Amino acid sequence: RRRLIRDLGAASGLLLRPRPATATATAMALLCRLASRGRSRTKLIAALGCLASRQKHTLPDLPYDYGALEPHINAEIMQLHHSKHHATYVNNLNVAEEKYKEALAKGDVTAQVSLQPALKFNGGGHINHTIFWTNLSANGGGEPQGELMEAIKRDFGSFGKFKEKLTAVSVGVQGSGWGWLGFSQDQGRLQVTACYNQDPLQGTTGLIPLLGIDVWEHAYYLQYKNVRPDYLKAVWNVINWENVSARYTACKK
Amino acid sequence: MALLCRLASRGRSRTKLIAALGCLASRQKHTLPDLPYDYGALEPHINAEIMQLHHSKHHATYVNNLNVAEEKYKEALAKGDVTAQVSLQPALKFNGGGHINHTIFWTNLSANGGGEPQGELMEAIKRDFGSFGKFKEKLTAVSVGVQGSGWGWLGFSQDQGRLQVTACYNQDPLQGTTGLIPLLGIDVWEHAYYLQYKNVRPDYLKAVWNVINWENVSARYTACKK
Repeated sequence: RRRLIRDLGAASGLLLRPRPATATATAMALLCRLASRGRSRTKLIAALGCLASRQKHTLPDLPYDYGALEPHINAEIMQLHHSKHHATYVNNLNVAEEKYKEALAKGDVTAQVSLQPALKFNGGGHINHTIFWTNLSANGGGEPQGELMEAIKRDFGSFGKFKEKLTAVSVGVQGSGWGWLGFSQDQGRLQVTACYNQDPLQGTTGLIPLLGIDVWEHAYYLQYKNVRPDYLKAVWNVINWENVSARYTACKK
Repeated sequence: MALLCRLASRGRSRTKLIAALGCLASRQKHTLPDLPYDYGALEPHINAEIMQLHHSKHHATYVNNLNVAEEKYKEALAKGDVTAQVSLQPALKFNGGGHINHTIFWTNLSANGGGEPQGELMEAIKRDFGSFGKFKEKLTAVSVGVQGSGWGWLGFSQDQGRLQVTACYNQDPLQGTTGLIPLLGIDVWEHAYYLQYKNVRPDYLKAVWNVINWENVSARYTACKK
């Protein structure tokens, strides 16, 4: 019994706070082992259900060092952007979801509606930045190949015209927002568009996000000050076309 | 204009000058107002680098782009081209709002600022918010809470005869958007504080209260509540 309580404690400790996927796997494995022992099975199934409903969003690791994208995006920006801005969206998303679960459980529509802005803002911020980190790479730049390149030529005329369009749309965002290359499953074609604030592309427009360019001032100001066009020129040097291509291949099925 | 008036009073070139005056009057452009203090005057609360970029780059760009947008709008208006006019509206609102907002903002700040207002404005704040502290808390919370780019505002509702605190997004100008008369604006676009306060907007808000020019805010209140 003591061992059971100890193992349950360890498992819940792992599960009850924001955690990386590995900790979840460890905790679940622990619980599975415990659940296979006949005696405490019902208690554990209850515990598992309870713990599973508390799974929170977590800040994904950056796939590279903060300084990896220099000189195009400097280390100070990457560190603040990832460890402060994105982290805050994750934390606030978890808080908003917690409150939303309560409102939902009570059937309180007014409360649910009043929570929508926080959900969209922080949820969108988490979605957008999670995509963004994978869209960038120290070995990035140049041009895509294969299917994605063919689609770009077909839908924009040339890679140059696509690049011009996404740049113009991104520079032209009045306020905070993102420029996006997305895929329309309805029309079977690529599209370039902008979203304001942290409005997520798919939830807002239905387009599947392939490549996002963050044009909130925090994404570039420390290095480029008010000259957003210079940031746009630089960011093309770190676009991870492998990732963008993989996203395209996955969504056009 | 004085020169032209003197010239116009001389009979001979009168028609030419009236034409010239009319032409010049239609070309009057918006200009970047001078800052009433040096770029470093608000240190350590808002640093010189921010003030210089904010005034000479950001505000200047709104002024230039407003003039361009107004020029195009005049042409569209002259042609009765409604489609073109509508398509110019975002540029007008964004750059025009940016010019209005920042023009007010520079006067709302002062190196000798901070503390609390006195007289009529203080009485109104106590009446409409309960206390200066509650008003300060409210404007701070509204400003910190802007999701994206925008402004926190203390405004006056002529309809209701009372002060109100609210936020506007992007460069939407307070009066054109809400009808409230702008008294005090707090710019919470990241360019207003990022170089100094990074992502910690609340620290910028704490600091900015030290440079609020209550004389200016009071004067604006007195002028609009008539």
